[in-house]
Amino acid sequence: MNPMRMQHPTAGTGISRRVFLKAAAATGAGLTLAVYTGRAAAQAAAGARVDPSAFVKIGTDNTVTVLVKHLEMGQGTFTGLPTLVAEELDAAWSQVRAEGAPANVALYNNLSWGPMQGTGRSSSLANSFEQYRTAGATARAMLVAAAAAQWKVDAKSITVKEGVVSGGGKRATFGELASAAARQPVPATVELKDAADFVYIGKRFARTDSKAKSNGTAIYTQDVKLPGMLTAVVAHPERFGARVKSFDSDSVTAIPGVRYVIEVPNGVAVVATSFWAAKKGRDALKVVWDPATGFKGSTADILAEYRRLAKTPGKPARNDGDAAKAIAAGAKRIDAEFVFPYLAHAPMEPLNCVVKLSADRCEIWNGEQFHTADQQAVAQLVGLKPEQVFINQVYAGGSFGRRASSTSDYVVEAAAIVKGIASAGKRDIPVKLVWTREDDMTGGYYRPVYLHAMSAVLDASNNVAGWQHRIVGQSISEGTAMAAMTTHDGIDATSVEGAANLPYAIANLSVDLHTPSIDVPVLGWRSVGSTHTAYATEVMIDELAISAGKDPVEFRMALLGSKPRHKGVLALAAQKAGWDQPLAPGKAGEKRGRGVAVHESFGTYVAQVAEVTVGANNALRVDRVVCAVDCGLAVNPDVVRAQMEGGIGFALAAALYGEITLKDGVVEQTNFHQYQMLRINEMPAVDVHIVTSSEKPTGVGESGVPPLAPAVANAIAAATGKRLRALPFRLA
Amino acid sequence: MPTFFVNKDRVDVSKDVAADTPLLWFLRDQLNLTGTKYGCGLALCGACTVYVEGKPVRACQTPLSSLKQGADITTIEGLKTREAQAVQAAWARLDVPQCGYCQSGQVMSATALLAKNRKPTDADIDAAMAGNICRCAAYVRIRAAIHDAAKSLS
Repeated sequence: MNPMRMQHPTAGTGISRRVFLKAAAATGAGLTLAVYTGRAAAQAAAGARVDPSAFVKIGTDNTVTVLVKHLEMGQGTFTGLPTLVAEELDAAWSQVRAEGAPANVALYNNLSWGPMQGTGRSSSLANSFEQYRTAGATARAMLVAAAAAQWKVDAKSITVKEGVVSGGGKRATFGELASAAARQPVPATVELKDAADFVYIGKRFARTDSKAKSNGTAIYTQDVKLPGMLTAVVAHPERFGARVKSFDSDSVTAIPGVRYVIEVPNGVAVVATSFWAAKKGRDALKVVWDPATGFKGSTADILAEYRRLAKTPGKPARNDGDAAKAIAAGAKRIDAEFVFPYLAHAPMEPLNCVVKLSADRCEIWNGEQFHTADQQAVAQLVGLKPEQVFINQVYAGGSFGRRASSTSDYVVEAAAIVKGIASAGKRDIPVKLVWTREDDMTGGYYRPVYLHAMSAVLDASNNVAGWQHRIVGQSISEGTAMAAMTTHDGIDATSVEGAANLPYAIANLSVDLHTPSIDVPVLGWRSVGSTHTAYATEVMIDELAISAGKDPVEFRMALLGSKPRHKGVLALAAQKAGWDQPLAPGKAGEKRGRGVAVHESFGTYVAQVAEVTVGANNALRVDRVVCAVDCGLAVNPDVVRAQMEGGIGFALAAALYGEITLKDGVVEQTNFHQYQMLRINEMPAVDVHIVTSSEKPTGVGESGVPPLAPAVANAIAAATGKRLRALPFRLA
Repeated sequence: MPTFFVNKDRVDVSKDVAADTPLLWFLRDQLNLTGTKYGCGLALCGACTVYVEGKPVRACQTPLSSLKQGADITTIEGLKTREAQAVQAAWARLDVPQCGYCQSGQVMSATALLAKNRKPTDADIDAAMAGNICRCAAYVRIRAAIHDAAKSLS
């Protein structure tokens, strides 16, 4: 069946869009629509193969199933994208379901990156906003057309509300109309609603996944169970990049339940009938690693080298005026070195992946974040075409960037195991690769270590006259396919984002970058470059404000002349925090302080005011965080609030505790006793305020993170006079 | 042959299952009760919280050999009490979960708290819940939902 193809303009955007229909009436499945835009449409127009998979399915059982092209890892995309469809469809929220879309870049391209299906950089809602609304509006128009034909009334007289189509004195559910709607032609154009008519967008309503995630029925990769499935646990090298010299599988195959011992690219896998048997086998396995291989450096060596590099100019990322000259001529000068450690993502669900390899297909079950890259990497490894690799999307128990692996590391590892079993003549055996917590924490792919060397000056009138910012650290893109997107003229944009686009009006400003290569695997970590640039810039600007004898909020406001959205969140946070009122004093022996920070990431603007108490023995408590966020139109304000609350707690864990260190190449932290998480008793009260906006929506999964640590550091400085320039915080 | 009761059902542990197998992996791999989660394996995170004889324990550090014959085990799948219903309703009402992976453990711990303390203070909540890590840091809502559930029970 050839998909019918229609082209229609989108009001105001000038973007043409094609709508594909797959009429599934013959199977009784009801209406199934696929809509896509941008590059995928261009590819289709150029004759590339397009699989008319669906964005929305309306079942004869009256369910509306929205196929979500992004990974649900907690950020709420399984609620946000269905909201867009439900809004334009006028569905009842209770009939809406979310389902993970398959891997198909032609259909499910991330329109913010493309051509690539994947989730990250807080792009899910932003890139899907018109696409998913158009899918909903198209389905609605076809339901209306079907009702009009059936009832012999003018389509214009038909109304749709909460999943019920009414007109000419008759009414029908979506389910009752689904089959007839599927036979309707796709409308040439669809109109999207005016914001004033929204019934869901901008309102609070329930997440689609809360119930299943509260009663144990939500399925994560860890929970996938298939007939005949085996579990694999892998012996990884103690040092990154070390190669296997030899291993003794005899000692392991005697363990009950162990079936296979297979060498994989980064170690040796023990495959067994249960996790416990596989883990016992892995722990018993004797592997000899080639001592000539593997990274043997220590954190101290890395920092020493970075300090040496920081004394020399890096590659320019921004150069306004003459920063060096201005700094030499300044009246008051501040020099600061900021140090940021390696950070593990440590999602609650340690890494895992299920793979089944057959002669002509490979099937994957995964909390899948980089569909296209993983599909291609697995296809290449097992000798199939990418379209023969099928990915089943399941919930991820967190990711924070770890499942967006630029090298597809753990997915390829799982595929290598089934490939190894297949080469022993056993195909079609599904294998679940499980990393233990220790494997996950010591397995690399960290937020890189960064060292920032900064100098800034005030002139005689206490204006910021010069700002020099040098960043030293690994690129998260180097050597991967990502580099083509992120790296130009030697600057990986993700290393300097938040610094090179400093919002403050400073005439003489330079930002430069050193990108050393180190054999420690690194990766983006929730809010990427802003994890370190927000800290360095917002602590520095605060220190300048105090040095100038000015109020930190007023000082920033004056430098944000042409940045209304920065100013908007800063003013809102300050007002809601009662910034102009004195902070209530602490008990005897306690010092209290209040600090502020503002930062934009991924097009979302966030300001936070932190209130802290520093007690005896330098015990730090963050009492309250007031957060203002401008993410354009807030599609679901409660999800926005949740992401700010969670982002604040996540960032506080890193500020208080987060540090992965290496000694002679060996990671020194193995589990939560050494790499501590924030616990409920340490969580501050959080007040979130959302700026009312009609700007296009931007993402909120990451932007709550960057301002927290500098706001807390600035509050500690206000309380104690101590400037903390290294993370995690050490007050003593 | 060791025999337990899991969610009131009698379970005979087969000889193929090693005695040192943690209860967590027996529940997950043998009984396919996957609501109980693996997070750390060292009783540091609380994702594997189940009840043994009505008391919350970390299943990852509970080898089958440590369980008494006929032990009464309750997992998230068998949680049916009034307190549990109140907690789960509050969890959904306040949209507590984000990634959700820790939430079975959080719900088990919160339900155990409310079973013995119908009006927990913030300090009571801290004491009862500090063993359960939520990496998404949904703590503001966990706290609010426990208070909300307590209110609905009164």
